[in-house]
Amino acid sequence: MEHYLSLFVASVFVENMALAFFLGMCTFLAISKKISSAFGLGIAVIAVLAITVPVNNLILTYLLEEGALSWTGLAGAENIDLSFLGYLSYIGVIAAIVQIMEMILDKFVPVLYNALGVFLPLITVNCAILGAVLFMAERNYQFGESVVYGVGAGVGWALAITALAGIREKLKYSDVPAGLQGLGITFITVGLMSLGFMSFSGIQL
Amino acid sequence: MGIRQTLDNLEPHFHKGGKYEKFYPLYEAVDTIFYSPPSVTKTTAHVRDGIDLKRIMITVWACTFPAMFFGMWNAGWQANMAIAEGYGSMDGWREAITMLLAGGHNVDSVWANFVLGATYFLPIYLVTFVVGGFWEVLFAVKRGHEVNEGFFVTSVLYALILPATIPLWQVALGITFGVVIGKEIFGGTGKNFLNPALTGRAFLYFAYPAQISGDAVWVTADGYTGATPLSVAYQDGMAELMGQWSWWDAFLGYIPGSIGETSTLAIFIGAAVLLWTKIASWRIMLGVFLGMVATSALFNLAGSDTNPMFAMPWYWHLVIGGFAFGMVFMATDPVSASMTNPGRLVFGILIGVMTVLIRVVNPAFPEGIMLAILFANLFAPLIDHFFVQANIKRRLKRTGELAEENA
Repeated sequence: MEHYLSLFVASVFVENMALAFFLGMCTFLAISKKISSAFGLGIAVIAVLAITVPVNNLILTYLLEEGALSWTGLAGAENIDLSFLGYLSYIGVIAAIVQIMEMILDKFVPVLYNALGVFLPLITVNCAILGAVLFMAERNYQFGESVVYGVGAGVGWALAITALAGIREKLKYSDVPAGLQGLGITFITVGLMSLGFMSFSGIQL
Repeated sequence: MGIRQTLDNLEPHFHKGGKYEKFYPLYEAVDTIFYSPPSVTKTTAHVRDGIDLKRIMITVWACTFPAMFFGMWNAGWQANMAIAEGYGSMDGWREAITMLLAGGHNVDSVWANFVLGATYFLPIYLVTFVVGGFWEVLFAVKRGHEVNEGFFVTSVLYALILPATIPLWQVALGITFGVVIGKEIFGGTGKNFLNPALTGRAFLYFAYPAQISGDAVWVTADGYTGATPLSVAYQDGMAELMGQWSWWDAFLGYIPGSIGETSTLAIFIGAAVLLWTKIASWRIMLGVFLGMVATSALFNLAGSDTNPMFAMPWYWHLVIGGFAFGMVFMATDPVSASMTNPGRLVFGILIGVMTVLIRVVNPAFPEGIMLAILFANLFAPLIDHFFVQANIKRRLKRTGELAEENA
């Protein structure tokens, strides 16, 4: 239990997807003008990460890893190593899951579907999602760990984008030099936010 | 009225079409330092208040004086003690000035201690003021806004949270980063989202850790190394800490540390004035304090065999390191803190919790409050947003359909 807790805290704060690894920057910068939409996108990212990371974990453990296919009982299956198919499978799985999720939401929870709207298809190609999956594969997480890590990474990213949206709403009243308006000042803002998140760097959990 | 007359005579040169039109912000700054601004509201919606932005800033500035003067004395005292133990003094022009004014390194002489400390603090402050002021004026002239007294506060706070031995070029670099990237780029006073003084310090902290943290930077004697109470507690535990300093030592400030942060008492004197004049928000201070007490109590309860910081009680957290200074002067910065009243409390609690968390759990940084405040600054607008939304919802509920009709 304690292990999972520290993994969660580490993935939310210490290894924040957006502010420590700078992953998922395109949506991070683009959809952070308003708190409400940033929050919606954050929720969508949490949901997608919470599903795709564990599913990809299963695929890695039971299909791709060296010897992963030995459960089939085929002769020589323990020598098969399909991990070179990793990237292809991960991104395919992510895209498929997002599509299925979209259809299910549309059919059964239209309110949520309307709220998330365009964000769901958008985050199919968000590098934070693939990044989290690849971290999961690289660090050899077990299934339980991958669930916690997926949720944690999503929460961290959602927290960061909502905070950025809050700051940008406040910065509407700022007087930014013409050359820096828009993306320029946002980049600087994100850099300064990252400075604030440095307080977690070095924490060993 | 000599000054008024001179200023009035000079004024035409600075107006549009005048000789020094470009330097109007500079003239305006000098003018408003001596006299209250001539521009007044002419139409309705007046707020009559004796206190304006300028007076607020000057009051905060004055409130740092107890900490500043005590800090100078303490910096000198720490150094003279080390010198009395046989360490060499740092030679150079500082030594020459000390010899000229105080005549020696006498630990018992308040004056000698004060002079020695001043030879370290005043250059830091001067560099901060000149370099930071240069950027402030440059941006004001270029972008046509006013030079604001807020810079008085930023510069003194920044100078007070540096160790006495810091190289002056780093001081210049740090305040440049703080003023330009932390504030001016967003449009100047009131338009930034991070505390500029802290931004500058955090920049130095991550860029040049060797000169701003560790054991060798706090006391200005040649080759002397002495850990701050926080790192003593972190490395050797509470027993060792209490063996070296009593709680009263730490409260009164007879401990090594950054120049302005050591004396909790001197800081509290400033805090009393700030609270009495209602310049600083008591909610933020209370929040920081409560967050710190709760988190440290939680760690006390949890306990740990390997990490002695778990055992540090709240009244020690209060007096060592920069906690008091951060709580009173940094967290209460009205620009970068939350603006709603309940939000201020939450904002403060976040700082308190984060401070203890970083101090106890993060081995990389013995000190936590400065980073905790920066961290909380990031979330201040968000906290406000939620309280404002909740308020709107509540009012909608109360007024019911009427509000919807109007909308």
